[in-house]
Amino acid sequence: MLKIGPYSFKSRLLLGTGKYPDFDVQKAAVEKSQTEILTFAVRRMNIFEASQPNFLENLEVEKYTLLPNTAGAKTAEEAVRIAKLARASGLCDMIKVEVIGCQKTLLPDPVETLKASEELLKEGFIVLPYTSDDVLLAKRLEELGCHAIMPGASPIGSGQGILNPLNLRFIIEQSAVPVIVDAGIGTPSDAAIAMELGADGVLLNTAVSGAGDPVKMAKAMKLAIEAGRLGFEAGRIPKKIYATASSPTEGLSVG
Amino acid sequence: MQLIINGETVSVPSSVGNVSQLLEHYGINQKVAIVELNQDILEKSRHGETALADGDKIEIVHFVGGG
Repeated sequence: MLKIGPYSFKSRLLLGTGKYPDFDVQKAAVEKSQTEILTFAVRRMNIFEASQPNFLENLEVEKYTLLPNTAGAKTAEEAVRIAKLARASGLCDMIKVEVIGCQKTLLPDPVETLKASEELLKEGFIVLPYTSDDVLLAKRLEELGCHAIMPGASPIGSGQGILNPLNLRFIIEQSAVPVIVDAGIGTPSDAAIAMELGADGVLLNTAVSGAGDPVKMAKAMKLAIEAGRLGFEAGRIPKKIYATASSPTEGLSVG
Repeated sequence: MQLIINGETVSVPSSVGNVSQLLEHYGINQKVAIVELNQDILEKSRHGETALADGDKIEIVHFVGGG
């Protein structure tokens, strides 16, 4: 079970809802992924085109725990406002703190992320900060009381996979709260490696929504995350330089 | 009455007296619509009791796909 604050989840896949080819593909991908947590963003509504369907209306939203993000925020103050707007919907009290410090790399601003997380914890939110893979920053966020730490594997939407497995491992080993690898996952094997490293979950979006067949990729990610987790729990063999025979050397009928 | 909604100046009929009526006016009362009035974020339960005045600055936001 993945436990975040007061919530428990069977699935360790957190799925983003951005950039699917259409609502039907999105719905099918979400179902296939068997995720229980959906992320999304908060934006101005076009009130003059209010008849436009919203993606939430297409999903059976009550089946999911909603994790809004503060994407678009460049400062702690903006992130706190977006979080409060999201909570005023009455649909959620979890927040993915995302304060972007650089538009080219979309890397998070560590100082503003820390400030926003502190403020949102005071306001009673269940706080999940998206952070770089800085080990000490992860520690500081945990010490503040964050309910999960979400270090990036590589830049958002880049699909570059896990660039610094060592840092992720350090973060996972030191953390008493769940560590969810968020951003940069490209393939099922990336997700499996994150889980083999001991991550408690994986948050991804583009890897599924941008895939040739998002529905199939959603299933692949679900299976990869389950496989990676089982592998972690089972405990891998140590790496050795030389071979060790799997078959017995005794009783050979030759030589 | 003139209101500034999401940065645009709009006119609404005088029958629109509170936030609930405003959402109804735009046909979004059944949708997930979050309202901020003059930088005060309103819980849904306050929509009916929150009166509007000429020149109010209103933000109406909702949820969109994102990661």
